[in-house]
Amino acid sequence: MSLITVEDLSVRYGGQTALAHVDMVIEPGEIVTVVGPNGSGKTSLLRAIIGAVEPASGRVRRKPGLRLGYVPQKLHIDPTLPITVERFLRLPGGISRADCTRALEQAGVPDLSGQQMSGLSGGQFQRVLLAHALIHRPDILLLDEATQGLDQPGSAAFYRRIEQVRRDTGCAVLMISHELHVVMSASDRVICLNGHVCCEGTPEIVSSAPEYRALFGTGTGGALALYRHEHDHGHDHGHSHDHGHDHAHPHDHKTEAAE
Amino acid sequence: MLDDFMTRATLAGIGVAFAAAPLGSFVVWRRMAYFGDATAHAAILGVALALALEMSVFTGAMAVALAMAMTVSTLSGRGYAMDTLLGVLAHSALAFGLVAVSFLSGIRIDLMAYLFGDILAVSRGDLGVIWGGAALVVGLIGWRWSRLLTSTLSPDMAHAAGINPRHEQMILTLALAITVAVAIKVVGVLLIAAMLIVPAAAARPLARTPEAMALIAAGIGAASALVGLRAAYVLDTPAGPSIVCVAATAFALTGIYSVARKAR
Repeated sequence: MSLITVEDLSVRYGGQTALAHVDMVIEPGEIVTVVGPNGSGKTSLLRAIIGAVEPASGRVRRKPGLRLGYVPQKLHIDPTLPITVERFLRLPGGISRADCTRALEQAGVPDLSGQQMSGLSGGQFQRVLLAHALIHRPDILLLDEATQGLDQPGSAAFYRRIEQVRRDTGCAVLMISHELHVVMSASDRVICLNGHVCCEGTPEIVSSAPEYRALFGTGTGGALALYRHEHDHGHDHGHSHDHGHDHAHPHDHKTEAAE
Repeated sequence: MLDDFMTRATLAGIGVAFAAAPLGSFVVWRRMAYFGDATAHAAILGVALALALEMSVFTGAMAVALAMAMTVSTLSGRGYAMDTLLGVLAHSALAFGLVAVSFLSGIRIDLMAYLFGDILAVSRGDLGVIWGGAALVVGLIGWRWSRLLTSTLSPDMAHAAGINPRHEQMILTLALAITVAVAIKVVGVLLIAAMLIVPAAAARPLARTPEAMALIAAGIGAASALVGLRAAYVLDTPAGPSIVCVAATAFALTGIYSVARKAR
């Protein structure tokens, strides 16, 4: 059975429609990436899946007993709240010290457990959030722009870690990203979102689809190839940063107006 | 032993400090300080209503504090900024309360006793209410501790873990209303927020985990009650404000300690 089935999902905030009639299925063990411009409803989709927003129509079905591991886009811990990494990992409860150690190792930061959360670097903080998501042995990991604030090598390393986790634990991954070239090379399937599903398929199919090119321009296809080439040789420098929207493109305006 | 008014006052102060410590920690972490203030100010309206309707002051204060807290929770995020909303509601509730009290010409009430508390007049019955309320608040927060903490850190993470953060918010709201109603006799409407926030804030530099912060806050709060009451007795100063002054001194001292530690 599929882990998550999204059927005809629409999400509205006040009078604004964030998502309209989205259908989507996540199968066990696959890495699916959702891409889309700002305001395209990516985060709304993820929040509807975790149950943080009520759908205006349609529904989200989870496999019974599905364990979610959620890595939020940002987590602001108020400076008045003292908390060690280990205490954070043990929330909301039922977690042993051994579980903490295992999850920190999986996330690639084995030595942090006694540190204060407020003293971590951006990269360490994201890894600890990942460890928190992994600790309950999730069937699916949900990542919302999890590499925001990390530099290029940092986020590439983060996504390699995600692939590693998928290999080790077999969990599915649903992630949102604006870092098209990095993310797409790591995905089994890409869903291009702009208020609705524009197109979906393997990274190669999506990056050559006209709907995708209308949103992101044509440069990213090249960036993807470039990234893959460099990735094979094991260094992460020098590829062009082309995730701006091509506003000169007529289709772009049309799709944004329809949003 | 409970025949001595100083003993009763001390026990009342410690009871309030215990309830205020874990709740106050959440008030600080969630930046609800002003929310505590608003709830407390509303309680004076509750006192007036209770006297007019010949109910117990505890019930009246509790009911209005709860109504106030619910109103703020419901209205927040609907067009007004939280601080504006709280400012309007808190001060209006206080004003309406003071006006309502003035209509109660038949009954002579000592308004100062409700604004600043009258801990030295705490009876055995009051002591029962205070400790009963404190036990309820500590029990409520202890029971939901991990869920409250998760919701405080990230509502979305709470959702993903199957926790509804709005329910947890309601638990805190209820605990806040109980604490206000219980503390009104001890420190009064104007200083309740101080008992919530000052010991928790003073505990912050000494704590490495949320649990430690709540425990240290309870210790600082209880010590403030003890020392404050003793000082009030010796120096003949008002009791409630003296307790808050001691807590504020503790805040200054831990703050200096934290700066000195960082400088080293």
